[in-house]
Amino acid sequence: MAASVINTYADPSMPEWLSAPHSTGTSIMACEFNGGVVIGADSRTTTGAYIANRVTDKLTRITDHIYCCRSGSAADTQAIADIVTYHLNFHKMELGEEPLVQTAAAIFRELCYNYRDSLVAGILVAGWDKKKGGQIYSVPIGGMVQRQAVSIGGSGSSYVYGYVDANFKPNMSKEEAVKFVTSTLTLAMLRDGSSGGVVRLGVITESGVERSVVLGNQLPKFYEG
Amino acid sequence: MSSIGTGYDLSASQFSPDGRVFQVEYAAKAVENSGTVIGLRGKDGVVFAVEKLVTSKLYEPGANKRIFHVDEHVGMAVAGLISDARQIVETARSEASNYRSQYGIPVPLKYLNERVSMYMHAYTLYSAVRPYGCSVVMGTWTEHEGPQMYMLDPSGVAFSYFGCAVGKAKQAAKTEIEKLKLADMTVKELVKEAARIIYLVHDELKDKQFELELSWVCAATEGRHELVPRDVASEAENTAKQALADIEDSDDGDM
Amino acid sequence: MAFMGDMMNPAPLWQNGPSPGAFYNFPGNSSTFGPGNRSAQDFKAHSATPITTTTTVIGLKFDKGIVIAADTLGSYGTLARFRDCPRVMKVNDLILLGSGGDYADFQYLKDIIEQKIIDEKCVGDGLLLKPRSLYCWLTRVLYNKRSKMDPLWNNYVVAGIQDGEPFLGAVDKLGTAYEDAAIATGLGAYMATPLLREAVDKGNLDEQSAKAIVRKCMEVLFYRDARAFQRYQLGVVTADGVVIDDVAEIKHDWSLAHMIHMK
Repeated sequence: MAASVINTYADPSMPEWLSAPHSTGTSIMACEFNGGVVIGADSRTTTGAYIANRVTDKLTRITDHIYCCRSGSAADTQAIADIVTYHLNFHKMELGEEPLVQTAAAIFRELCYNYRDSLVAGILVAGWDKKKGGQIYSVPIGGMVQRQAVSIGGSGSSYVYGYVDANFKPNMSKEEAVKFVTSTLTLAMLRDGSSGGVVRLGVITESGVERSVVLGNQLPKFYEG
Repeated sequence: MSSIGTGYDLSASQFSPDGRVFQVEYAAKAVENSGTVIGLRGKDGVVFAVEKLVTSKLYEPGANKRIFHVDEHVGMAVAGLISDARQIVETARSEASNYRSQYGIPVPLKYLNERVSMYMHAYTLYSAVRPYGCSVVMGTWTEHEGPQMYMLDPSGVAFSYFGCAVGKAKQAAKTEIEKLKLADMTVKELVKEAARIIYLVHDELKDKQFELELSWVCAATEGRHELVPRDVASEAENTAKQALADIEDSDDGDM
Repeated sequence: MAFMGDMMNPAPLWQNGPSPGAFYNFPGNSSTFGPGNRSAQDFKAHSATPITTTTTVIGLKFDKGIVIAADTLGSYGTLARFRDCPRVMKVNDLILLGSGGDYADFQYLKDIIEQKIIDEKCVGDGLLLKPRSLYCWLTRVLYNKRSKMDPLWNNYVVAGIQDGEPFLGAVDKLGTAYEDAAIATGLGAYMATPLLREAVDKGNLDEQSAKAIVRKCMEVLFYRDARAFQRYQLGVVTADGVVIDDVAEIKHDWSLAHMIHMK
């Protein structure tokens, strides 16, 4: 997560998509399991190379059962999350029941697509609803939307696609999923200079959300040679 | 309507001293003059049947339909002034389409019903407009929530129903509907019942000709609102005619 | 979303009031419309590049219809990010549509086309949108967007049955359009078109052989296009309607590797 988007790799000869992901100094992740979803994020906010906040919470509440993991410009993603929260709360009152995760994702997508030229936002929308249970929708920079069983985002994610593909299993238990998310984010944080700090987690099930944190000095250990 | 002409019936924006809005009641009268419309909610879907009165032999068959598609999954059957009803259909269609484009999923019927009711109700508040002279029945079926059906009045009031009837012979039709065990019946059975009821309540002396319109939205159509296929519809219609003939025969026998 | 428009374009300070000079400075008048009178707000950023992209779409005409194929990979630059991006869609019983390029733009236009079809069903006259009409409509939409300097970054391949005859046409992001018996977009234009044209020129293509050639093309593209993927959709439209097969998987053949002598 970048407090302001400072692109140190700006090179006019380079296509924009090569440099665009660099502004997303974050590692975020969401993973389905047999009773809901686990969401997780690192806690680093940078302004250039300076860490503006080392204990950021990038997991943002939208409704009681829907959260989003934010990556990209902190200002943009906070603004979008605020708008979607407002909109979905209103919608909840109109419907008289909890909104669907898909609905939240559609609103995120609408904003991210319509303002794709002025926003830098890569968002994972995750939550639980009574229609489809635990769900994750990825809304990356261009403003598309795709449901995924497991999804990673932010600059740190590039380093752990292989780990996720190798270790994800459908229908994990809650404990397995929490461990998987923690390990993945730890590995991403170790290799991505723009990610780091603590791992913040959320487990979303029918009964709501359970938040927790794994401190930087209590993260799982991996090869560091 | 006892107190006609006391001056309080000229505008929808004024109450009468006994607390009524006459324009709204007159609108309901317009609906009562219409051909009968019934909606039946069974265990696997909703069936609509309309007695569409044909007031002239010069009309083409199938003209001025009274059953409409609102969205892929929502059907609407209308009673009352057809031109008023068409505007309600258009309103419902744009509500459904807006919902889809904003939220990326089909509109829930409960929500659509609230929006359309609100729209109808707005026309009972101002002196510059008159209320809609129509009632509409909306129905859907979804995998998750099963069948749902609502009926909407010119007053802007709407209720969810297991079975409903509106129009000329609504009383007779309701009596017939109440005899059915709706919650246990499939749409296949309901189509026959619906056709039978429409034929039964049709007043052959006052209204000579009518066309039977049948549609359904159910599990078998994968939640899509569709006109009942011709073969099924004509079978239901023949059974209905036969049932009516049997009743008439037995009536003759009694005499 | 209407409520956003207000946020992004705040109303002027003196709302509804005439701005100074408003009564005699008409729009387009040289004093208001010169380059010198432009402020930063008059310029808008526009999509310069696509973000999540898909690659080739193939279309091939045979005697009674059209085959269309496209893989399901959504690439994020060189990253193979989304592996389940279906982009062959059934429009109605007469039309199959394939898309390549920016996937967000495709999703946007897909929603619009789907609503068009619902609107048409609501009319209930039993008439269906025909492929040439959609093809023409796409040229207008894409050309208008490019004229606003904000193109929809896609190639579309329209396949269908028009008055009993197979129709195949392509539209690019500028609104440029052409019809042909064999179409391949993206890198496929270089590598698949020759294979497809060879088959067309031989003549007498039936559904089975057309499908086989298209499958062969998908295999070649998988070997030679770095943005291609082993899973793809294949759809066929004939007078009987539209069928999109379940996602198929290419069986790789790397036996060639043994022919390279390793030292």
